[in-house]
Amino acid sequence: MNCSVSSGLRGRTAVVVVGAGQSGLACSHYLTRFGVEHVVLERGRVAEAWRSQRWDSLRLLTPNWQSTLPDWSYRGDEPDGYMGSAQVAQFISGFAAHCNAPVEEYTSVLGVDSCTGGYRVSTDRGDWLCAGLVVASGAFARASVPALASALPAEIDQLTSHQYRNPEQLRSGGVLVVGAGASGVQIAHELARSGRRVSLAVGEHLRMPRRYRGRDIQHWMQSSGLLDESWREVEDLARLRRLPSPQLAGTPEGLDMDIGTLRAAGVETLGRLAGVAGNSLQFSGSLANVIKLADLKMNRLLDSIDEHIESRGLPAGAGGRPALTTVGEKPRLAIRLATGEFSTVVWACGYRPDYSWLNLPVLDGKGMPRHKGGVAELPGVYFMGLPFMRRRKSSFICGAGDDARDIVHQLLMWLGQPVEACLQAVSV
Amino acid sequence: MNTYTRIVDNGVNVAALTEARDALAGAPDLAQFQWRASCQWVNGTHSRSEVEHFQGLGAGQSHKRCFRFDADHPEIFAAGDEGATPVEYVLVGLVSCLTAGVATIAQHRNIQLNSVRASICGEMDLRGILGADPDVRNGYEGIHVTFDIDADATPEEIEALVAQSQKRSAVYDIITNPSSVSVEVRQ
Repeated sequence: MNCSVSSGLRGRTAVVVVGAGQSGLACSHYLTRFGVEHVVLERGRVAEAWRSQRWDSLRLLTPNWQSTLPDWSYRGDEPDGYMGSAQVAQFISGFAAHCNAPVEEYTSVLGVDSCTGGYRVSTDRGDWLCAGLVVASGAFARASVPALASALPAEIDQLTSHQYRNPEQLRSGGVLVVGAGASGVQIAHELARSGRRVSLAVGEHLRMPRRYRGRDIQHWMQSSGLLDESWREVEDLARLRRLPSPQLAGTPEGLDMDIGTLRAAGVETLGRLAGVAGNSLQFSGSLANVIKLADLKMNRLLDSIDEHIESRGLPAGAGGRPALTTVGEKPRLAIRLATGEFSTVVWACGYRPDYSWLNLPVLDGKGMPRHKGGVAELPGVYFMGLPFMRRRKSSFICGAGDDARDIVHQLLMWLGQPVEACLQAVSV
Repeated sequence: MNTYTRIVDNGVNVAALTEARDALAGAPDLAQFQWRASCQWVNGTHSRSEVEHFQGLGAGQSHKRCFRFDADHPEIFAAGDEGATPVEYVLVGLVSCLTAGVATIAQHRNIQLNSVRASICGEMDLRGILGADPDVRNGYEGIHVTFDIDADATPEEIEALVAQSQKRSAVYDIITNPSSVSVEVRQ
């Protein structure tokens, strides 16, 4: 069946890539290399999320030397430093220019539908017809907010980690930060340092020291092969894809951004925010266990790094372990909102993609992509940049290149015929 | 390369549980369970509860037989002490759930258990239920569980078993997180 014409046709191309971040651009790089005509549609400017959805002080969790894209790497004089988001945007824009990527900026995708021989991508600047589609619009497009947020009284300000910019932005008063992944711990720490009274609701989290045995932890994650671990090889892939980001920060002082550091900065740690009852916030009594789980998990990771170092006789410093986290005082289980203790709640409960425009049967009941290593069930449709999509590093900047090469290979195999023929088969 | 497989038997059928998880992940309707108990007042604080039927896998289910539980208060509360107190049943629920979890997870992780003993205690300020001080809660101020585990595993592996058991325990969740409770009187 042919699609109905809803607006003007902007053009036809073999492949439409949605999103000009590191993932979409890395795909574009390989599509160009293999001579596949394509276009990259971007709602804002190249690397828009890095320009508009990050707080002011944010730095990458990975050191500069690790920021690599196909034929493109960090060339500054601080390989061990950590880029801020403006630098990341610049780094990615440099890559786009270097590849001469066919990016259509300020083009919002309004919908994607099937049509004869392929897909129709509707945008606010006309529609594209294509045989293949790469969805690279970002796995972290939306900040997750729990349903109980709607039960909070109106006098409490709420914002997400995407909306947070700096401590001055918030009304005076105490702040409850919900979530102890990378975003939550960094925001809580920054707010506490600014003199705010801060409480942090802590659910399951991943603790990771910034440095271990004389090197950045990312050095060992990479050299031990952990970052390259394949989605086909690991047990319980679904769980790995849901893991929160580790408690890391790219501070100049190389701070370990863990529960201990936060407490030393004056942050009160609470259990997971479990409910709102009447005028009280309720916190889970499971804090001791999630802290224990995180310490055990961290030590298993460090054990595997030790094993990697010893088995290869690699040069490394002594293997001193970070101290185990103390359980501390009995955490408060309920906090009455009427006392005015908090003026603001910051939701740092993780991120999810926004595929509201994707009218194709490629999502599960929760709106998350159904895919095998980035390959959707619908022929010719691919995802990019999802957590542990094909490798542990899939959602890292340095993971975009390898995944893009694989996905473009898949795409070429699927096209399986001269691109010209595919193009002619696509019709309105 | 020689592969060596350790035969571990904690009496848990992990294959069946794994199969159930995979099957129920795709069939949320079948995963909806309802657990039930009924209670009959006997005399004073003595009551007798029964557990027999439950709902799950899309159908009515039954235990092999009906289980009965007497509950009462001890003699120092001027009661007949015909059974454990309800708050002790809560402790039994938590510690037996965690212990079952330890066995299941050990089986899954290929760890042979030789013995598992757990003790549990809960601190309670009686002024709460007696209404003597409105600032004191009725329930436990805190609950403490101690495991003694002899298993073919390192201390870290054993600690990880116990931590994972808490993470996956229904009763641990019920106690550490709020649940909504509705109570009505049939007219």
